[in-house]
Amino acid sequence: MDFELNESQVMIQHMVRDFAQKELAPIAADLDREERFPREIIDKMAKLDLFALPFSEEYGGTGDGYLAYVLAVEEISRACASTGITYAAHCSIGTGPIYLFGTEEQKKKWVVPCAKGEMLAAFGLTEPDAGSDAGGTKTTAVSDGKQWVINGSKCFITNATYAGVVIITAVTEPGQGTRGISSFIVPRDISGFSVSAPYKKLGLRASDTAEIILEDVRIPQDCLLGKRGDGFKQFMKVLDCGRISIGALSVGIAQACLDAALAYAKERKQFGQPISKFQAIQFKLADMAMAIELARLAVYQAAWLKDQGLPFTRESAIAKLFASETAVKSALEAIQIFGGYGYTNEYPVERYLRDAKLMEIGEGTSEIQRLVIARQLGC
Amino acid sequence: MKTIVCIKYVPDTSEAEVKVNPDGITVDSSRFSFDINDADNYAVEESVLIKEAKGGEITVVSIGPKKSDVMIRMAMAKGCDKAVRIEDDRIAGHDPLMVAKVLAGAAKGEEFDLVLTGCMASDDGHMSTGVALAEELGVNHASMVKKIEVLDGGKIKVSRELEGGLMEVVELELPAVITIQTGINEPRYAPIRGIREAQKKELKVVKLDDLGVDPASVGPDASQIILEALYIPEVESSAEFIAGDPNEKAEKLASILVKGGLI
Ligand SMILES: Cc1cc2nc3c(=O)[nH]c(=O)nc-3n(C[C@H](O)[C@H](O)[C@H](O)COP(=O)(O)OP(=O)(O)OC[C@H]3O[C@@H](n4cnc5c(N)ncnc54)[C@H](O)[C@@H]3O)c2cc1C
Repeated sequence: MDFELNESQVMIQHMVRDFAQKELAPIAADLDREERFPREIIDKMAKLDLFALPFSEEYGGTGDGYLAYVLAVEEISRACASTGITYAAHCSIGTGPIYLFGTEEQKKKWVVPCAKGEMLAAFGLTEPDAGSDAGGTKTTAVSDGKQWVINGSKCFITNATYAGVVIITAVTEPGQGTRGISSFIVPRDISGFSVSAPYKKLGLRASDTAEIILEDVRIPQDCLLGKRGDGFKQFMKVLDCGRISIGALSVGIAQACLDAALAYAKERKQFGQPISKFQAIQFKLADMAMAIELARLAVYQAAWLKDQGLPFTRESAIAKLFASETAVKSALEAIQIFGGYGYTNEYPVERYLRDAKLMEIGEGTSEIQRLVIARQLGC
Repeated sequence: MKTIVCIKYVPDTSEAEVKVNPDGITVDSSRFSFDINDADNYAVEESVLIKEAKGGEITVVSIGPKKSDVMIRMAMAKGCDKAVRIEDDRIAGHDPLMVAKVLAGAAKGEEFDLVLTGCMASDDGHMSTGVALAEELGVNHASMVKKIEVLDGGKIKVSRELEGGLMEVVELELPAVITIQTGINEPRYAPIRGIREAQKKELKVVKLDDLGVDPASVGPDASQIILEALYIPEVESSAEFIAGDPNEKAEKLASILVKGGLI
């Protein structure tokens, strides 16, 4: 057993930490307040090849693998979870499906610019009537022999406003349930494709989430991703991968909570001593540190399994579930340690709580993760 | 332009409490994270900027343990070409003159026009290693440099930062050693592709003998400095409340200040 990161993974972690703490952390509160999508940060991340991390060299990637990418997601999210989700959604669930299931041509055409960060990608699975039950898709795709004609709508889509390409699931064989779903590569600049105004959200306010409306969108036959009817199987795999990155996002947020709470506890004096001298506060910090350590190990292990080509469905659900619940608990405890100050926006911990909450909802709620794990146990 | 850039692996003391070991002359660094010395980071960037403008080759030189390879590779990820790491526990590392001798030994094995170092190491703060290195190499030097201009004819023009916001401009003939002040440039982040390439670049690990440096000439016995103690001063705080009417208070305060030699 080997728990050590290799040299380039350590370097990637250091570099991204340095970048995130210097360029992103100082503006994260403003981005949140202004609900501003930080285009300039995305461009800088692209220049540093961050979008290339999980993809192989032949498709514009650096070939560093998922664990290296997860380290980057964690560090970005520790500074700004909004940017973390923009990054993770682009790589894992936006570009991921084409990388996993695309033909050679599709990969050359779409993965390459996405890996270079020249284009953002999004994943359109959720619909107004198909959330946890994503197999209940109502969007339809009908072939007229030459083209696919898509109609429907997708909600809560991360990066919808800025994406150059969106992966969409749609029913191609009505009445066949989950076996009647296929996925499509939908280029953004196409008639009939529109995006609503972004949602007003509790947290992750500097990330872009909007609804996509598809009205008689006509795309060529070769925009079908993989085999007809494979859509459901595909997105289950995509979500397995995506959940690891939500786990990494959660670890990043939880670590930020501990960083802030520990520093504050050492400084804040009550009853003539720093509050970190009170056992009640120490136990909170110890519990946070313990849960974060375990969450991080679970996330790294899931990423490592994926890099080794081993099964990871169970591990990614466990990592996502444990890490997201750790993030929310850590944020709550951090606010408690900050007392009244933690309840104000003068300190970052209230933002951490708002950001962390999504981790228990996106890419499968905690309830759904428990279902996935139970199913993996053979229930 | 062939450049050597000397960098040091230093602890980040902001993260953990500084504790002196029972020997009284070393610090327990087990809880610290280490990284490149701040000023050296600017020196690396300056060397890469010069290479980008004028071409050439950059060699990184560092004295340090195996785990500092990450720092050295990071410099190579930013554009330095190769590296020499000296790992030898016979060096009297607390004495900048001894350190300069070792660095000079490494530099003599390379062709160079320019040697860049940080102007100060954040851990021991001697501010003299670079200058001592120039002496050892028998070349020109300028310290606390905030700007470098490469001129034709084997010369450079540098601006040195003095007290009171003054800048001093001097011209030097190469080869020369320049100690770099922070803020001279904006150090870049190493792109991931650079990090990958750095894995393939040459990093030689050497001992004093490989450099032809006599261990006795750079060891504790050769050093004129004996490190006697490291300690953390007791924090003293006492407050005296001055009573009386405003005039009396002012008088008492003034006499305290005078007695204390403060005015
Ligand atoms: C900020 C943000 C970004 C998002 N980004 C994307 C994106 O990029 N792409 C995308 O496709 N989607 C995205 N989503 C959608 C997200 O994945 C869904 O919101 C999530 O899967 C839950 O679906 P729902 O909101 O319809 O809730 P519902 O499915 O209606 O669930 C409501 C509640 O019922 C529970 N529940 C549902 N079914 C069961 C069950 N079988 N057993 C027990 N409990 C159950 C849920 O756990 C939950 O508590 C995003 C959402 C948000 C808020």
